[in-house]
Amino acid sequence: MAFGRRRFFEISGLAALGAAGARVVQLSAQDHPGGPEGSPLTGRRWAMLVDVGKCLGQQGCDKCIQACHRAHNVPSLGNPKDEVKWIWKEPYGEALPEERHPYLPERLAEGRVLVFCNHCDNPPCTRVCPTQATWKRESDGVVMMDWHRCIGCRYCIAACPYGSRSFNWRDPRPFIAQQDPLFPTRTRGVVEKCNFCEERLAKGLLPACVEACPERALVFGDLEDAGSEARHLLETRTALRRKPGLGTQPQVYYLV
Amino acid sequence: MYDAGKIVPGLVVFLGLATFPVWYNVASGGEARAPEIEKPANSTQCVADAAYMRREHMQVLNAWRDEAVRNADRVFVAADGRRFNKSLTGTCLGCHQQKAAHCDRCHDYLSVTPYCWDCHVDPKGGR
Repeated sequence: MAFGRRRFFEISGLAALGAAGARVVQLSAQDHPGGPEGSPLTGRRWAMLVDVGKCLGQQGCDKCIQACHRAHNVPSLGNPKDEVKWIWKEPYGEALPEERHPYLPERLAEGRVLVFCNHCDNPPCTRVCPTQATWKRESDGVVMMDWHRCIGCRYCIAACPYGSRSFNWRDPRPFIAQQDPLFPTRTRGVVEKCNFCEERLAKGLLPACVEACPERALVFGDLEDAGSEARHLLETRTALRRKPGLGTQPQVYYLV
Repeated sequence: MYDAGKIVPGLVVFLGLATFPVWYNVASGGEARAPEIEKPANSTQCVADAAYMRREHMQVLNAWRDEAVRNADRVFVAADGRRFNKSLTGTCLGCHQQKAAHCDRCHDYLSVTPYCWDCHVDPKGGR
């Protein structure tokens, strides 16, 4: 007989052992603190899309700014000279100076649009860094910062044409209302900027600003993924970038 | 020797003063002892052998820092196959919840001030 009782018991016994083994492995992977969390979001060219119309519709709203600054322990120094900022609002004509003209509709001329680090494809800031404390991550295009390495020379601040980088002139800690222990603070003498929530992507979460926006005016996506919502929006809407003539290839797009 | 009557007692007094810390410790009964480090309550096994961690934790942390920040390589696989997130505040302090009784006690004893805590936040508060 090809498939006898003995063979049947062998196979069912092995299957039961295998199932129990898988459960043991699964349990032992969980039973200690500090295990890896969530599967990371991966992309080949992350980009942010800002729906200008939706954002301008809520001029008083700063939920994205608050969410970002809370998540990243960004201090509020209450003084524009020392200010540290990751996302903020600029007048439309200053954020997109090429689009400025005397007959701008009032909604735009007086509106303020969101700006952050553009995570340029050709970032001038990383080229000037003497310690490689900032670099473009080749796997997904995020312009990273390693605060352990930053020596505070501020060459990157001079090189960035968007003013996206801030310097810690003072110890920021006393100016952080509520420290989030999951993210480091910075020290005096270190440059910082938006990191596209690289630490959240690693946990499988979207950037804090995108999650916080009640209007869904921010869309984050992988432009190398032809099926992504970001790519679809770029195909169907008109998108502007900040100072495109400089050749930095910014990856924050303004949908108008 | 000229003035031996002054020099010899002078040398004795000098040696006595110079070795004061040694014989004071002996006399007061306190022998040199390493500080007691508090062990975590929720775990019995570190990411590597305890003796290795005691000796090399700074190199481990430096390697974790570089791999996580610069190579986005965030998962540490222990020798026995357990997987950990390379995180000082998440993984290390996840077990060693008393930073003051674990990290600081030994660092203070050795008079070293690692700058980890200038930026990284102790979830339990404190510097």
